[in-house]
Amino acid sequence: MYSFRKAILAATCVGSLVAMAAPASAQTTLRAVMHSDLKILDPIWTTAYIVRNHGYMIYDTLLAQDEKGAVKPQMVEKYEVSPDNKTYTFTLRDGLLWHDGKPVTSEDCIPSIKRWAAKDAMGQKMMSFVDTIDMVDAKTFTIKLKEPTGLVLLGLSKPSSNVPFMMPKRVAETDPSKQIEDFTGSGPFVFAKDEWKPGDKTVYVKFDKYKPRSEPPSGMAGGKVAKIDRVEWRAISDAQQAINALQKGEIDMIEQPSHDLLGSLKKDANIDVIVSPMLKNQYVFRPNHLHKPFDNPKVRQALWYAFNQEDFLMATIGDENYIKVCKELFICGTSFASAKGTEDILSSNFKKAQELLKEANYDGTPVVLMHSTDLKVLTNLAPVAKSLMEKAGFKVDMQSMDWQTVVARRAKKDPPNAGGWNAFLTAWVTADVLNPVSTGYLNSSCDKALFGWPCDETMEKLRDDFARTSDPAKQKEISEAVQKRNIEITAEIPVGEYVSPMAFRKNVKGLVIAPAPVFWNLEITK
Amino acid sequence: MYGYLFRRLIGTIPVMLVVAVFIFLMLRLTPSDPAAILAGDSATTEQVAKIRGQLGLDRPMVEQFFIWSAKVLTGDLGESFFFKKTVASLIGERIEPTLSLSLFTIVFAVLIAVPLGVLAAYRQGSWVDRIVMGFSVLGFSMPSFVVAYLLIYLFAVWLDWLPVQGYQRIAEGVGGWVRGLILPSLTLSVIFVALIARMTRTSMLEVLSEDYVRTARAKGQSERKVLFRHALRNAAVPIVTVIGLSIALLIGGVIVTESVFTIPGLGRLTVDAVTARDYPVIQAVVLLFSFVYVMINLAVDMTYTVLDPRIRY
Repeated sequence: MYSFRKAILAATCVGSLVAMAAPASAQTTLRAVMHSDLKILDPIWTTAYIVRNHGYMIYDTLLAQDEKGAVKPQMVEKYEVSPDNKTYTFTLRDGLLWHDGKPVTSEDCIPSIKRWAAKDAMGQKMMSFVDTIDMVDAKTFTIKLKEPTGLVLLGLSKPSSNVPFMMPKRVAETDPSKQIEDFTGSGPFVFAKDEWKPGDKTVYVKFDKYKPRSEPPSGMAGGKVAKIDRVEWRAISDAQQAINALQKGEIDMIEQPSHDLLGSLKKDANIDVIVSPMLKNQYVFRPNHLHKPFDNPKVRQALWYAFNQEDFLMATIGDENYIKVCKELFICGTSFASAKGTEDILSSNFKKAQELLKEANYDGTPVVLMHSTDLKVLTNLAPVAKSLMEKAGFKVDMQSMDWQTVVARRAKKDPPNAGGWNAFLTAWVTADVLNPVSTGYLNSSCDKALFGWPCDETMEKLRDDFARTSDPAKQKEISEAVQKRNIEITAEIPVGEYVSPMAFRKNVKGLVIAPAPVFWNLEITK
Repeated sequence: MYGYLFRRLIGTIPVMLVVAVFIFLMLRLTPSDPAAILAGDSATTEQVAKIRGQLGLDRPMVEQFFIWSAKVLTGDLGESFFFKKTVASLIGERIEPTLSLSLFTIVFAVLIAVPLGVLAAYRQGSWVDRIVMGFSVLGFSMPSFVVAYLLIYLFAVWLDWLPVQGYQRIAEGVGGWVRGLILPSLTLSVIFVALIARMTRTSMLEVLSEDYVRTARAKGQSERKVLFRHALRNAAVPIVTVIGLSIALLIGGVIVTESVFTIPGLGRLTVDAVTARDYPVIQAVVLLFSFVYVMINLAVDMTYTVLDPRIRY
C-alpha cells in the first residue's frame, strides 16, 4: 500500500511539473473540413481545386487580384511597364524568405513562371507573346514581349487553377510533367509533411518569418497575416458527420457544407453561416461537337431555347438565397460580364427550339447525356436537362455513372455508341470563368480544345484579340463579342449560378472574401 | 494435422492468383481513368495522355499484369498513383485503426451475444427469449449507417459522452483511443451480436436436450455450471464458426463504419482508392483482405480440433 501511495504522489508531482512546463500562451489550432481530401501536392501539375487551396497556404504569388478584380503587387514591391507596353520590370519586396530561410530571388521566380506557363492554358497563351524573361539582379527581372498583351498581368495574378505560385529555383526546375517532391514555399504557412496523412489530416504551421504586405487583405491581394499557429484540414467525407462535428466543436469550419443541411446550422447559435460572394459557381452544359447530333450548330442552338436556369437551380440547390439566374457567360457582377444578346435565350421557348430542330433536320439521333450521380451539387442537373430537351423534341439517352467515370469518359473522342458521349453538365468556380482566355470551355481550337472539342476560328481570333489588348474597355467589348459568338456556336451553355456558403464556429473571425478559401487573417477568439 | 495445415496453406496460392487476376481485370475493364482524375478539370486531352503514359496505363493489359504480379511476388506492392507513397507504407499507416476497430467489435459482439444466446435458450419461449430474438431480427435488418447515426445522435450529440468522429492512435493515449472506438465498434457489432446470439441460442437448444446435460443436472451441478461448462462447450463448434465468419464479414463492415466515423483505416483507404481509381492501392488491399479471409477460415477449422477432440484432420 505504501508503494502505491508513493507512486500516486510521484505521478502527481510529474503531472504538476508537466503542467508547469506548458507554454504560457497555448497554440491556436483551426480545424477545417475542406471540400476534398488532399492527395496531390503540386498545384502546377494538377488543376484540382483542393491542390490550388493547398498552394495558397504555402506559396505566394508575384501579383494578385483584389476583391474587385484589380491587379495588385503581392510578392513584388512594384512593377513597371515600358511606354511601348513590351517590357515589364518586376522588383521583389525586401525580406521575402523561403521556408528554409533562404531569400527569394529573381532566380527563383523566372523558372517558376516558366513551369507554370508550361502547364497552364493562360500561361501558354501568355508565353506565345513573350520574347525573353531576364534576371536583372537578385530582386529584379524583366519580361520582354514580342508584341503587347494584357495577359502578363492577368496571367501572373490568375487566382485559380493553375495559379502561378513561386517556388525555389531547385523546385521550379522540375519537369512540369512530373510532380514536385520538395514543398518549400514562401507563403504564410509551412506544410508539415511529416504530419500529412492522406485520408486523415493535412497540417500547416504558421511561418513566423513571413513578411506580409502592409495593406489590409482584399481578395487574393493585401497583407496575408497568419493569426493562427496551426491549421489542420480534417478529412471528414460524410457531410452529416462534418455538421455534427462542427456543432459539437470538434472542428472549427466547413468549407462547403451541403446545402440541404444548412438549416440545422443556421439554427445553431454557435455557428456562423457565411456567404462569400466571390465563391460563386456556374453550372454549364457542355456539348460534344465531334458527333451527331451536336456536330450540327443549329441542333446545338436549339438547346439555348430549350433550357431555363430556374429549373436547374431549384432542382440542385433548391434555396433562393443561394442561387442566381444569370444568363451571362462570365459570372454576373464581374468585370467582363454583360447581358448583351441574352434577352431571348434560356427561357424554355420550346416552340422555337422545335423549329430549330426541324430546320436542322434533326433525325432523332439520341443524345448520350452523362449523368453524374455521386456529387450532390451535380446529381440533379442531367435529369432536368433531359426533361427540358425532351420537351423540345430531342431524344435523350441519359446514362448514370459516378463523377470519376464521367471524367474518364469525357476525355474519349469515340462515337457515343462506342463509349463516347454527347453532353454532360458540370460546375466552374468564379475564378475560372472571369474572361475569354481563362474560361477553359471557350477554347475552340479543335483537337487542342478541352473535351467537347469545339472548332471555331472566329472564337479563337476573338480570344487572341483579348489577349493582345490591355485596355479594359476594349477587353470588355471583345468579351461581349465572345459571348455573342458562344451563343452562335454553343461551346458551352451557362445554366445558372450558385454560392456555396462556408460555416464557422462563432469564435472564428476574419474571413477574407476571396475567390478561393484562404486562411490568412482568420483568428480564433475566446 | 500438420499435413492438412500444409495442404491448406498451399491451397491459398491458386485462390490468391484467381483474386489477383480477377481484381486486375475488373479494374481495367471498368470505364475509368486515373490519369484523367489526377489531371484535374482543366487538363487537356494531351496532358491526360501524358500522365497515362507516366503511370504505365498506356501499355497492353497483359504487360501491365505481368509487371505488377512480378513486383508483388517480390513483396513490392507498388506506389499509389495519388499519394506518391508506397502502398505498403499506406497499408502500414492504416492497419492499426482497422485492427483496433475489428478487435473492439468482436470483443463487444462475443461478450454481448454469447450470454444473450445462452439466456434465450435457457429461457426458451419466455419474454427474455422473445426480446433477444426481436433484437436479433432488428440487428439483421438495420443498415449499419442507420445504427451509426442513431448512436451518434444519442451518445455524441445529445448526451455528449463520446466524440462524433475521429480516431486517436493508441500511442497518443489509451483513453482517447478507447473513447474514439466505442461508437464505431458498437455500430459494427450490432449485426454480429444478432448473428452470434441467434446461432448460440439454436446450438444451445440442441445441446440442452442431450442426455449428458440431464446427467449433469442429476449430479446436482449448478445451472451456471451446466450451462457454461457442459452445454456451451459442446455447442461451441457452430458458434466459433459464426464468430470466424463474422471476423471475415467485418472487412465489409469496416468500409462503411470507417467512412462514417472518419477513422483512417484500411476501409477508408479502400473507399478513397476506389473513388480515385488508385489501382495499385485497390489491388493490394483486395489481395490483403482475401488473404486475411482465407487465413481466418483456416484458423476456424483448426480451432475445431481444440473444441471437439473427436475432430481430426
